[in-house]
Amino acid sequence: MAETLTQGPPDLRVSPLQHLHRQLAAAAAPGPQGLEIREVAFTTQLGLRAEPGSQAHTRFAEVLEGLPSAVGETTGTPDGVATLWLAPDEFLVVASGQDHQLLQRLEHALGEAAGQVVDLSANRTTVELSGGSARDALEKGVPADLHPREFPVGRAITTTLGPVPVLLWRTEDSTFRILVRSSFADYAARWLLDAAEEYRPRR
Amino acid sequence: MMLIPCPHCGPRNETEFQYGGQAYVAYPEDPYALTDEQWARYLFYRENPKGPFAERWVHSAGCRKWFNAVRDTRTYEFLSTEAIQGAAS
Repeated sequence: MAETLTQGPPDLRVSPLQHLHRQLAAAAAPGPQGLEIREVAFTTQLGLRAEPGSQAHTRFAEVLEGLPSAVGETTGTPDGVATLWLAPDEFLVVASGQDHQLLQRLEHALGEAAGQVVDLSANRTTVELSGGSARDALEKGVPADLHPREFPVGRAITTTLGPVPVLLWRTEDSTFRILVRSSFADYAARWLLDAAEEYRPRR
Repeated sequence: MMLIPCPHCGPRNETEFQYGGQAYVAYPEDPYALTDEQWARYLFYRENPKGPFAERWVHSAGCRKWFNAVRDTRTYEFLSTEAIQGAAS
């Protein structure tokens, strides 16, 4: 199988937004209507493919204690292991930190059944947007309905942020995680910095 | 902006979709038996009705699945959409 990215010397890693960490921290706006942007780097992301009803689907569901079954659904917890629905037969498992064991467990569970487990950890980085103005800032560039009625906590959808395709995941009432491809991360982060400008107190 | 009802994801913004032309155009059973004219007809000739038209669409910025839709070409209204059977429904 291909080399895995969940293994490797942690000290040598450079996250896709490392060069912007200081700017992201400086853009924070305090208060109840504030906004905070930070990168949650180096999460484990595993792409799963299995048709509903197939053997692989059942085996994955056993390891992950259930798979989401419809658009927007997630299972698990954002700070542990969570599974996001991407398509009827496609899922993304997100685990905090490096979880090579999880990859091995899923690969072992799949065995020879028709399906797929791929380590996609380096494909996307995560930008976390939190604070009272988080939804307001996102609504400047996300065409999907982000009202809690349509987009409650625990929901995750594929959509766009400005022109950038992203996975948008509401982990708490006013906390959103934006999973963006590493190569688009710089643009998306600068887009968010620009969107956050108005919430910052004037100096 | 128009909302298109994806059979898997529900109503989404039209910018997330791409068009795939007329639906239900069957591949010829024996392409080698066709004359050049028949082959060209299969490749390039499509209906252009005024009214309901069966089309293929792909939700490229979402679930990335192809589906069939019936759209009224006069009003752009989507009359129905259906997932393609057998294609990882």
